[in-house]
Amino acid sequence: MEERIRTVLASFEGKRNDLIPMLQAVQDELGHLSDTAMKEIASYVGMPESKVYGVATFYSQFYFEPRGEHEIKVCLGTACHVTGGLQIVDAMERELGVKCGGTTCDQKFSLERVNCVGACAIAPVVMVDDDVYGRLEAKTVKEVLEKHAP
Amino acid sequence: MFSLTINGIEVMAKEGMTVFEAAEKAGIYIPTLCHHEDLSTFGACRVCMVEADGSLVTACRAPVEEGMVVRTDSPEVRQVRLSNVELILANHNQDCQTCDKNNNCKLQEVSAFVGVTPERMQSMRRFVKDEPVDDSNPFFYRDQTKCIMCGICIRACEEINGVGAIDFAFRGYETSVSVLGNKPIYDSRCESCGECVERCPTGALAVKDQSIAEREVKSTCPYCGVGCGVTLGVRGEEVVSVRGTRDHPVNHGELCVKGRYGFEFINHPERLTSPLVKKNGAFEEVSWDEALDLVADKLSGYREQDGADSLAGISSARCTNEENYLFQKLFRMAGTNNVDHCARLCHAPTVAGLATAFGSGAMTNSIADIEEAAAFFIIGSNTTETHPVIGYRVRRARKKGAALIVADPRSIPLAEQADVHLQLLPGTNSALLLAMAKVIVQEKLYDDAFVADRCEEFDEYIEALESVCLDELADITAVPKEKIIQAARIYAENTPSTILYAMGITQHSHGTDNVLALANLAMLTGNMGKRGGGVNPLRGQNNVQGACDMGALPNVFPGYQSVISPENRRKFEEAYGVELSGEPGLTLTEMFKGAGTGDIKALYVMGENPAMSEADTGEVKEILEKTEFLVVQDLFLTETATYADVVLPAASFAEKDGTFVNTERRIQRVRGVINPPGEARSDLEILCDLAGRMGMSGFDFSGPEDVMEEIASLVPNWAGVSYQRLNGDGLCWPCTDEADPGTPILYTERFLREGGRAKFSPIVYGPPQETPDENYPLIFTTGRVLYHFHTGTMTRRSRGLNALHDRERILMNPVDAENLGLNAGDTARVISRRGEVTVEVKPAPQIKEGTVFMTFHFAEACANVLTNTELDPASKIPELKVCAVRVEPA
Ligand code: SF4
Ligand code: SF4
Ligand code: SF4
Ligand code: FES
Ligand code: FES
Repeated sequence: MEERIRTVLASFEGKRNDLIPMLQAVQDELGHLSDTAMKEIASYVGMPESKVYGVATFYSQFYFEPRGEHEIKVCLGTACHVTGGLQIVDAMERELGVKCGGTTCDQKFSLERVNCVGACAIAPVVMVDDDVYGRLEAKTVKEVLEKHAP
Repeated sequence: MFSLTINGIEVMAKEGMTVFEAAEKAGIYIPTLCHHEDLSTFGACRVCMVEADGSLVTACRAPVEEGMVVRTDSPEVRQVRLSNVELILANHNQDCQTCDKNNNCKLQEVSAFVGVTPERMQSMRRFVKDEPVDDSNPFFYRDQTKCIMCGICIRACEEINGVGAIDFAFRGYETSVSVLGNKPIYDSRCESCGECVERCPTGALAVKDQSIAEREVKSTCPYCGVGCGVTLGVRGEEVVSVRGTRDHPVNHGELCVKGRYGFEFINHPERLTSPLVKKNGAFEEVSWDEALDLVADKLSGYREQDGADSLAGISSARCTNEENYLFQKLFRMAGTNNVDHCARLCHAPTVAGLATAFGSGAMTNSIADIEEAAAFFIIGSNTTETHPVIGYRVRRARKKGAALIVADPRSIPLAEQADVHLQLLPGTNSALLLAMAKVIVQEKLYDDAFVADRCEEFDEYIEALESVCLDELADITAVPKEKIIQAARIYAENTPSTILYAMGITQHSHGTDNVLALANLAMLTGNMGKRGGGVNPLRGQNNVQGACDMGALPNVFPGYQSVISPENRRKFEEAYGVELSGEPGLTLTEMFKGAGTGDIKALYVMGENPAMSEADTGEVKEILEKTEFLVVQDLFLTETATYADVVLPAASFAEKDGTFVNTERRIQRVRGVINPPGEARSDLEILCDLAGRMGMSGFDFSGPEDVMEEIASLVPNWAGVSYQRLNGDGLCWPCTDEADPGTPILYTERFLREGGRAKFSPIVYGPPQETPDENYPLIFTTGRVLYHFHTGTMTRRSRGLNALHDRERILMNPVDAENLGLNAGDTARVISRRGEVTVEVKPAPQIKEGTVFMTFHFAEACANVLTNTELDPASKIPELKVCAVRVEPA
């Protein structure tokens, strides 16, 4: 794993300004930012690892646990919120047995909540990877999941 | 100077001062929460708001201006402060009654000042984060529900010690102070130094189970040679706290984990409380009279029968100067120069080498000016673990832009931050140093003027250097030539450059050559006699410098006055009133040989544990077993003491007065704060009592101060030293008369050799005595860790330090581990030509392939069972740093 991280880092000069792009590049390679990865980055740019962690946790785009095969994003933007987005979140959490931000034990799904995915007309909305599902109800959540994990 | 008015009072302030500083100077209180005088400004809490020229500013940030009109108490100021404090309190755990910081909390103080009322607080009270207390660190806990996000801990961890273990993580309401991965702090880089805990304004960081002291006394840390000033908190007969002494020139209040938290040994139940005499193979408690009469009879008896040279004494780098002085006085008056101490095992080559080159064998510069170096060359010193508070200074200087070269077979923590890490093979230091000198000379990077004006024998040196080949030397060290060239340039092109070194240089059969090679480099580049430069051996133990200064060495009287010189002898004979021997005595290593052959009949060991610290301890133990009469004087029944015929219980540093000399030659006071446990007595009292029983006169001192007077009268470099003068910052010797302020930096004008010049010494590379072969294919090297000290007699009796580092593990490169079929946690047998130990394996990429590493802190897996007794011919130090071993799965 260290090798893979180092290969990714090699394309950067190690400047502090590049910290975010480096975090992104490493996450693209590994799917998430492990402690080892952040330690490597810290020593590469020469800053304390706690600082790297501080920066990374500030942005919601970074993950610190391995991600599932499929990324589920439940929208809680205004439109989805008023049309029952929270019930969808509850249903998802129940179905998958994980809280938002988590990944199922079988590594199939990661669950996330997001703000407006730009499909307000069909709210409430869920995205699984690149597929958009609109006008969802708590009871149809299961069907959506089955499409991706038969 | 600016003139401004604060609340109508005219105040003068220097340009660049903040309004807060100006107010403080004028004695006007401004509340602060996120400000700390040791740290950079953060400006987050906004409780320091004041009105300056009509607008609200944060006083901790705003610079003073000419004619500024400041009000700290206007209604607007009061209102905004109150709101800011209330906001902080609303998110704060309000269980003040059960908080350890109750009545000692900055938040309480500020709340009271701005006028927060309980009623208002009740109405504002919000949901408080439900985060469990992190109690993973043995010495302190972290309670995030009490954290006010002032960031002081974060800045302390970065700016004071340069560790950077913690930072703000997450955002918004979730923001908290966290280590990488939001884990318990035990699993982080944290070094448990407590700098953050000491400064946290609330109970968010607080020391575990601390009783409040009833009085505090200033003294000196009993651990390493840095010699930090400590303030001991005492309650009854117990030392309950240690703080760094803030106005101390060495550490300005900073401490490491051992100094701050490692004091449990003082009041430990295993302390010896009565003299013991071995009768029929078992120890029996006896009276002091019985024990000392027995010792006096035995020593006098052997002296008469077998001659004075059948006695030998091992003095102690842990004891005070006064005690070391008396120890050598006792043996010398008995007629033998057989006195030595553990410096033989650490810096004997330094004393020999630096005296040859410069005229005196000690650190040339002071700890305070280390931070001014433009470049550091750190070789054979794991500074941040073995001399932590000096390590803080190195990391701070590095952060400010100083260059850093680290030469060490291991990737020690500082190597991570270095410009170049020269990962040489153990035992090839002199080849590396020769190669660097070669580069400096070839590229004409040396300081002509300095060499011409202040040194001698340069031509001989250059001539010898011509015959060595850079490529060959680089091959020997296994360091790429380019890196050596880069390091040489960094060292030579920056001024001032400083050299810091320790056991990695000295504990070799060519230790003295290594030291000479370092001295040559410093002379070449003119880095002597100036601030931020020099050749700086970091001494290991609290008073190893002092023990040397006091003549606990076989060849010199106190003050390095050679016993061979008839003149010196006459001087001491006159003072002691007896005839003295002019024959240099046996070194520590030779004493054991002598005891083995029976030439030494009686061995007296004060505060030292050779059964663990000597090379080849297996043999040492056999010898101790055989020694006709062995006396051990110590705090605990050490591994060595178990072999003794008589064990004498001694007082710890907290139970007696005296002085220690730290690594920078600073003579400092140690002050007794409690009584010794049971019957234990100070080494000073024991020695004086014993001398009396042996019929010697000249030991009727009223106390250590009296002894110091005698020392000052006999040691020219200490002639100006007196207890009165030591009360403040101490004094760096040479201090030759009462008006002499001491000498923090040596050789600013002349060297102490005859003629006043420094001397170049041509050296050649010699390999270690034992190199790997078929049967013993790995290089074995030893060292220390942050959490333990020496043979662990004191630190292993601290539950907290043990929790932080609980057992020995042999470190080896993961590749070697895999080849041997060993995984982390497996047990392995480590076998050398002298013995074997069984120990847990820890694969560590910091270790170079082909080498393995152990500490010598743990009696259960004692590294020195394996080490080599081959000696450096000049200084008689054993080659503790390198030998060959074989590792097998157990
Ligand atoms: S833990 Fe203490 S020092 Fe650190 S941010 Fe919180 S209140 Fe401030
Ligand atoms: S104890 Fe020392 S190393 Fe640990 S977090 Fe606090 S300041 Fe940093
Ligand atoms: S650095 Fe040395 S002297 Fe200072 S506190 Fe630590 S052990 Fe004591
Ligand atoms: S709010 Fe959900 S898609 Fe816009
Ligand atoms: S003390 Fe000035 S902003 Fe906190």
